Amino acid sequence: MATLAASLPTQTRARSPQMWLLRRILTNPPAALGALVILLMLFAAIFAPLIAPYPYDQQNLDYIEKGPSAAHWFGTDGLGRDMFSRIVWGARSAVFVIVMVTAVSLALGVPLGAIAGYFGGWADTIIMRAADILFAFPGMLFVFFIAATIKPGIINWAREIGLSDLARTGYLDYAVVIIALGVIGWAGLARMIRAQVMTIKEREFVIGARATGVPAWRVILRHILPNAITPIIVAMSMGLGDIALSEGYLSFLGIGLQPPAPSWGNIIAENAGRYWRRFPEMIWLVFIPGLVLAAIVFAFNFFGDGLNEALNPEIVD
Amino acid sequence: MAAFVIRRLLWLPILLFFVSLITFALGVYGPGDPIKVLLGIRANPETIERLRHEYGFDQPFHIQYLRYVANALQGNFGYSLVKYRDQPVGGLIAHALPVTIQLNLVAIFLGLGIGVPLGLLAGLKRDTWIDLLIRGLVIAGISLPIIFLNPVLTFIFSRRHDIVLTAANLRFSIGPLLPMVQGYWDGIFSAKVILPAFIESLGIIAVMTRQMRAGMIEVLSEDYIRTARAKGLRERVVIVRHAMRNALIPIATILGLMMGGLVAGSFLVENWFGVPGVGALAFDALFSRDYYITMALVLLIAVAYVLSNLLVDLTYGLLDPRIRKA
Repeated sequence: MATLAASLPTQTRARSPQMWLLRRILTNPPAALGALVILLMLFAAIFAPLIAPYPYDQQNLDYIEKGPSAAHWFGTDGLGRDMFSRIVWGARSAVFVIVMVTAVSLALGVPLGAIAGYFGGWADTIIMRAADILFAFPGMLFVFFIAATIKPGIINWAREIGLSDLARTGYLDYAVVIIALGVIGWAGLARMIRAQVMTIKEREFVIGARATGVPAWRVILRHILPNAITPIIVAMSMGLGDIALSEGYLSFLGIGLQPPAPSWGNIIAENAGRYWRRFPEMIWLVFIPGLVLAAIVFAFNFFGDGLNEALNPEIVD
Repeated sequence: MAAFVIRRLLWLPILLFFVSLITFALGVYGPGDPIKVLLGIRANPETIERLRHEYGFDQPFHIQYLRYVANALQGNFGYSLVKYRDQPVGGLIAHALPVTIQLNLVAIFLGLGIGVPLGLLAGLKRDTWIDLLIRGLVIAGISLPIIFLNPVLTFIFSRRHDIVLTAANLRFSIGPLLPMVQGYWDGIFSAKVILPAFIESLGIIAVMTRQMRAGMIEVLSEDYIRTARAKGLRERVVIVRHAMRNALIPIATILGLMMGGLVAGSFLVENWFGVPGVGALAFDALFSRDYYITMALVLLIAVAYVLSNLLVDLTYGLLDPRIRKA
């Protein structure tokens, strides 16, 4: 606890907890670097149409497999598409998948975990056993299995309800990736929320709220969850990189985002098998998307570590 | 204690029931009709119908499922429908499993051999640049996607690129590497095992380093370390005999937990390097809609996971009486 006391701002100047947290992140070099990379990715994702010099699927057959140059910063691929544009647009795919998978996991995991932890009994048994069952499946193999299975179903369903135009675009691929990863993601989250809720519900302020007749949903929403949030934010921030990685792997295997949709995973897939024998002259085609994906995972790991150290000082000492 | 064990054992068949049901549903309602894959697009509808009947695919779902379970309980997990046509799934897995287990054992061995010393060093040199460097390297190691490491490491260590390697002053020639071909596997005493095992060991290295570092930091602040130093023991003896031994205990637990994962082959690594293990088999099966193989593998890995967790829980229960009551 010594470092916490030392690092706390002097008592005379009150600071908001947000400012304090920001300070702790910024003064931790790896975490600050992680935050910078994450911000860069967000920036690329939001302003992709403005940043990318070419459309991500524009082919220039007179200019294929060219190395990095002033016109094409990251070179061009086998179809003459500008790699820099594809990678910038790939950031948008990655951010969209990360945000949506997190949203799905939260929407399922938070209510289920809170109900299990707060009410206990049968609800707890059923929810936690369901989570156990999901945990028993072999991680990535199960995600691939689900993605491969639900994909034709989703496309057929879109056709049936009259969205055949949508079925022809790549947008449904995003739905497949998001469902496959979200279905798995909630279980770990529900376990964490449940454990938090179980300890917090025994605290005096919760017992007090219940004694004064506050309804259960209000106790959970207003009294318990705000106090349970910190460890969950830490755990989730470390998991965000894994979501990006999983999207990369799914797209690499051809069951995620399909070309020409830009995804770092399918950029690597298109180029690794085809060009590795022609390394090093073709190496940028694999190296750049690979390093970008690695940098994002790296950034979330560093950022999560920093957040963890800032929010849970007792773990450090 | 008896009640705890019984409750855990009773849960096991229920869990396996649900796991098998979900797996079976994913297989049956999954994409592609295996019969059509088998016969090609221009197959005649009558033949399709006949084969569907022969394989029992025209039966209602619950009948198909019950028959699958009944057969599985007798050790018959069905037959390959596509690539290894009509070979029993059990036999295919029996061939692939030893390969994956061997590869994973090498990976664990590398993970221990690299991770434990790194963690030890990081813990001893806590908060120095050595510690920062080791932690940074470890996070970098787990952050590099396998789909990136596969081609890049293959390229770096491949004999075809001797010129490049000389230029870079890196003369590693560890045998002819021909990824993505059959028959890459030569057993664990061949140099070919190094690259796939190393890529698979990166995650293990990270876990071991973190645990060993945390363990050393914790142990070094214990009273008995101070006592040992006060007795005038040499620092080396204090570190090796007193600190390191105790820091290694949690490593043993982690190794125990990893045993369940031994049977799960890495999809991407085995497929890229052409290692004929469980991961490569699952990869083939998933993409050729050979769903009896996929189902059996998912079940196998789930059972191994559940059993190893049960084992770890039971040993914890023996060691720590508080857990038994929970």
